[in-house]
Amino acid sequence: MPAPVIVARDLVKKYQDFAAVDGISFEVASGESFGLLGPNGAGKSTTMRMVGAVSTRTSGELGILGLDPDVHGPEIRSQLGVVPQSDNLDTELRVRENLLVYGRYFGLPRKLVAQRADELLAFAQLEGKEKARVDALSGGMKRRLTIARALINDPRILLLDEPTTGLDPQARHILWDRLFRLKEQGTTLLLTTHYMDEAEQLCDRLVVVDKGTIMAEGSPAELIRAHSTREVLEVRFGSDHNAEVGARLARAQGADGHRVEVLPDRVLIYSDNGEAELVKITEAGLRPVTSLVRRSSLEDVFLRLTGRSLVE
Amino acid sequence: MNVTTGQSTDAARAIAAGRRSRRWGAWYVTEHRLRMMRTYTGTVVIAGIGSPLLYLYALGVGLATIVDANMGPDAVDGVSYLVFVAPALLATAAITVASEEFTYPIMLGYKWNPTFTGAAASPIRPVQIVDGVVYSVIIRMLVNLVLFYALMVLFGAAPSPVGFLGIVASLLGGLAFGTVIMGYTSTLQEDTGQLAMVQRFIVLPMSLFSGTFFPLAVFPIYLQWIGWISPLWHATELARVFSYGYAEPIWLTLVHVAYLVALIVIGWAWSRRIAVRRLNS
Repeated sequence: MPAPVIVARDLVKKYQDFAAVDGISFEVASGESFGLLGPNGAGKSTTMRMVGAVSTRTSGELGILGLDPDVHGPEIRSQLGVVPQSDNLDTELRVRENLLVYGRYFGLPRKLVAQRADELLAFAQLEGKEKARVDALSGGMKRRLTIARALINDPRILLLDEPTTGLDPQARHILWDRLFRLKEQGTTLLLTTHYMDEAEQLCDRLVVVDKGTIMAEGSPAELIRAHSTREVLEVRFGSDHNAEVGARLARAQGADGHRVEVLPDRVLIYSDNGEAELVKITEAGLRPVTSLVRRSSLEDVFLRLTGRSLVE
Repeated sequence: MNVTTGQSTDAARAIAAGRRSRRWGAWYVTEHRLRMMRTYTGTVVIAGIGSPLLYLYALGVGLATIVDANMGPDAVDGVSYLVFVAPALLATAAITVASEEFTYPIMLGYKWNPTFTGAAASPIRPVQIVDGVVYSVIIRMLVNLVLFYALMVLFGAAPSPVGFLGIVASLLGGLAFGTVIMGYTSTLQEDTGQLAMVQRFIVLPMSLFSGTFFPLAVFPIYLQWIGWISPLWHATELARVFSYGYAEPIWLTLVHVAYLVALIVIGWAWSRRIAVRRLNS
């Protein structure tokens, strides 16, 4: 197994008394795609900033490519590509100029930067936009330009902090496709997200983070297997009856050994055979307004681990 | 196992790749800033030529006619009013550039268009961002001051052969004021009118009470302190020494230089400190 490119041990970041990150440990191997999944305020971005060598840790150990960010910040950052949560492109410059000035920050020769800028604009599907104003780009295009900028130094590790938050579904899919290509080329990806479909699409392995600590770790499939069932039955009884019927179901299904989650708008029943559960419910004389049998997702894992839903 | 062996090929490659930015990072920031300034080159050049022309005509020719007619050709300080006022206008031009470049663009870089945050994610260190910004403003200031000085020569307003040293004096004045203002602006999380206040209640009074249009000694002593703490006054007096050999004790000349350099050191260090705190927390 190749040496890990990121090693975090008992990583802590405190702001005054508040611990944004409270003892996180994980390792990321070269070429791996690793995710931090959790709700807003879980400590994902703070972890990213420490890995990105722009935030100093309060305690714990952190090694990026075998170097300590407290000592070798610039050296570590020379090997990273960073896609921050909100774009910080220079809106006073044109699209291509953004790549040119950023490439120079890495001490790369102008000629090489110019050549890479053109390649990356093609990769980011921004041909023909070279001279456009940044403000004139759509949200998805700005995001792709930010990714192109993050790749200008041919980074060993790409850090993506909520790469698709705020994008429409089509823009998200284009972005996922680009990230998937990078993954295929062997770029190590570290990404945070609160979208489970994103984590399932892009991550080889992930940790579920809540309140600054790791709740679980594994591949998406492993996590689902360990913390959920194969299928989930979702039934709705209308807002007035949901809680009451839900409680009844919880007693009945609980006796069968199935887990039941009563959410404000729907009831979730965890089972390896969703259809069979639905039959049992209707046989018991209950008439759900709608019902849906689906595969378990990371959302269910999160719900199981924290008792709360991921996107609130 | 130690998490930071520092010996792998990865580490060696990182250390090699970081070398150039560690050394030249500030200049890469300067490159970026100059490229941004290029988007308003027209303004820089027009303001650089237009505003001295306006001032030199209005004060050096217009107002000077009245002053010289009433007080003779050696009206103030033993020289014509044009020669007296021109070095002060040169120093004021530096202050104007400083008040433009060290206020809103700094707020922009930290907050509105956070290019400083972007740069801090690259190998560039926060202190290099501050240095790079200062270098770029020095370059812009020099362009403006050289244009201004050339016009002064055309107007016959710079009799001494070492008058060009007034450019250096003005540069020091602009930076002394500018770096301190940069430090202040860096501390702002939000602009709720503070930057406009700087213009109105610092820059404007400073230009009126710094011996710009008439000697500071004209004021009663209880107003003269404004001049003494004003970087513009020190820069103006220094520029006058070079421009027409304004006679002052040598120790005072040294005080001007020392005061301006001290402000630059303090303002620059303050700005660097806040940059580290804001970008590397």
